[in-house]
Amino acid sequence: MNKLFDEIKEIIRKYAFDKALVENANENSKIIIDLRINSARVVDIVLDIEEKYNIEIDNKSLEKIITIKDAMDIITSKTK
Amino acid sequence: MKRVVVTGIGVVASNGLGKTEFTNALINGKSRIKHIAELEELEFGCQIGGIPDISKSIFNSYIELYGMQTASLMIQYAVIAGLEAWLDAKLPIPLHDSKEVDYNSGAIIGSGMGTIDVYGNRVIPLTNNKNIKRLRSTIVENCMISGGSASLSSILAIGNQLTSNSSACNSGAEAILMAYERIKYGKATRMLAGSSEAYSVWSWSQFDALRVTTRKHNNEPEKGSRPMSESASGFVPSAGAGIIILEELQSALKRNAPVYAELIGGYINSGGQRNGGSMTAPSTEGVIKCIKGALYETNTKPKEINFISGHLSSTMADTLEIENWSKALELTGNNFPIINSTKSLIGHSLGAAGSIECIAAILQLHHQFIHPSVNCEDIHPQIEKIVNKNCIPQHTIQNISLNCIVKASFGFGDVNTCLIFKKLNK
Repeated sequence: MNKLFDEIKEIIRKYAFDKALVENANENSKIIIDLRINSARVVDIVLDIEEKYNIEIDNKSLEKIITIKDAMDIITSKTK
Repeated sequence: MKRVVVTGIGVVASNGLGKTEFTNALINGKSRIKHIAELEELEFGCQIGGIPDISKSIFNSYIELYGMQTASLMIQYAVIAGLEAWLDAKLPIPLHDSKEVDYNSGAIIGSGMGTIDVYGNRVIPLTNNKNIKRLRSTIVENCMISGGSASLSSILAIGNQLTSNSSACNSGAEAILMAYERIKYGKATRMLAGSSEAYSVWSWSQFDALRVTTRKHNNEPEKGSRPMSESASGFVPSAGAGIIILEELQSALKRNAPVYAELIGGYINSGGQRNGGSMTAPSTEGVIKCIKGALYETNTKPKEINFISGHLSSTMADTLEIENWSKALELTGNNFPIINSTKSLIGHSLGAAGSIECIAAILQLHHQFIHPSVNCEDIHPQIEKIVNKNCIPQHTIQNISLNCIVKASFGFGDVNTCLIFKKLNK
C-alpha cells in the first residue's frame, strides 16, 4: 500500500509549486486544498495515473478524487 | 509626452543564448547556421537554418516550476528572453505565491507563425485520433497566441496590458513601437516588448513551398544567408526571440536602471499592396513614407543617422531596399550611412526578426561597434551603383562613434516599421 502512496505522490509532485507540501502529505491530504494543486491539473494527474496503471478513469470517478486515498482506492479497485 | 528608454535586453538567437553570448557572436561575426537533418529527411529544398539551443538556459527552472515544458517553443523562447530582459533591467522576479501585482508593467510579445509546433505535434493528431483527453489541461495555454505575454505575466505578476501582435516579419518591430506608444502616452511605466518565433518544420515548409528560402547552400550552411550579395538566392530560416524592457525615462532614472538607448520614436504603415507592393513584396512608396514618417515624427535629419540596421534578408528585394533607403534619406554614395544585415549571421527569424535585430542594433549603439555584414564579398552591382561599398562593413568596426541609429522591418502584407534609437542625452 505504501508503494502506491509513494507513486501517487511522485505524480502529484510534478504539478506542485510547493514540493514540500507534497513531501509531507498523508493519505488524507486533499489534492487541491491541502497540496495547493491548481484544480485544472487534476486532469493531468488522472491521465498520468491512467498511463502508469493502464486503467481508465471515467468522468464520474474523476470527480470523486479529492484526497490521495481516493486515488489509491480507484487504482486498487481497477487493477484487481 | 513621456520619453522612453531601453533598460533591459533578453535574447534567444541561433548564434547566442542571452545578451552576452549574442553580443560576442555579433562582434566576432559568428554565424551558427547549420545543416538540419530533419529538413533533409523531409526533403526540404532548403535544408539549413538557425535553431537556438535553450537546453542550458538558467531560466529553464522557471519553465519547469510553472509547468511550461510542453508549451510551444514560441512561448518557451519568449519566457527565457523576457525573464533575462527583466533581470537585466534590475527588476526582481517575484515568488510564485506573492500577492502583489505590478499594474504599471505590461507585455506585448508578437509572433508571425505562432504555436504551430504544438498544433502539429499534439492538437491535430490527438484530435483526429479521437484522443482529446490526452491533450491535457495545459493545451490552451501551451498554444494560445498570447502565450508569450500570458506566461511572462504568470511568473512576473504584471498587470498592465498583456497582448500579442502578429504582422508577419514585421511583428517584432511593431510590438516595440506599440509598447513605446503605450508608455509615451502615460498608460504604462514599463513594457516587455518584442517577439518570438518557434522552430517548426510546419512553419518552414510553407516558405520552402513558396521558394523564398535558399536551395543552393545545403553543403555550406554558413554561406547561405548573403544579404546584399549578387549571389543571394533566398533567405535562411531561423528561430528565436528578442525582448526588451521599455521604460519611462524618469522611472528608469529614479531606480538607477541601466539605460542602453532612448527610443525616440518610429512609424508604421503599409503600402496597401498597390504600386508594386503585394502580399509578398513591399511597395517603394509605402517604405519611403514609413522611413520619412519616422524621421518626421522624431525630428531627425538624414545626415544625423550614423547607422542603419536593414531588413535585408538575402533575397532579390535587398537591392530594392537599398534603393528605397537612398530615396527616403536622399543620400547616396559616400554620404550614405553604414548599413548592415543581422540576418547575414542568424538568418531570417521571421516574426522574431524585428526584435532580435533591434536588440543587435541597440547593442551596437551601446557598445559602439558595428558587426560585419557577412557573405557579401560580391556586393550586388545595382547596390554599388547607389551606395559606396565602404558603407557595407565586411569586418567588425570597433570604437565607432554612434549616436543615432535606424532599424526597419518589413513583412508579408506589405507592412513596414521604422524605429529610431539614440544614445540617451539627459
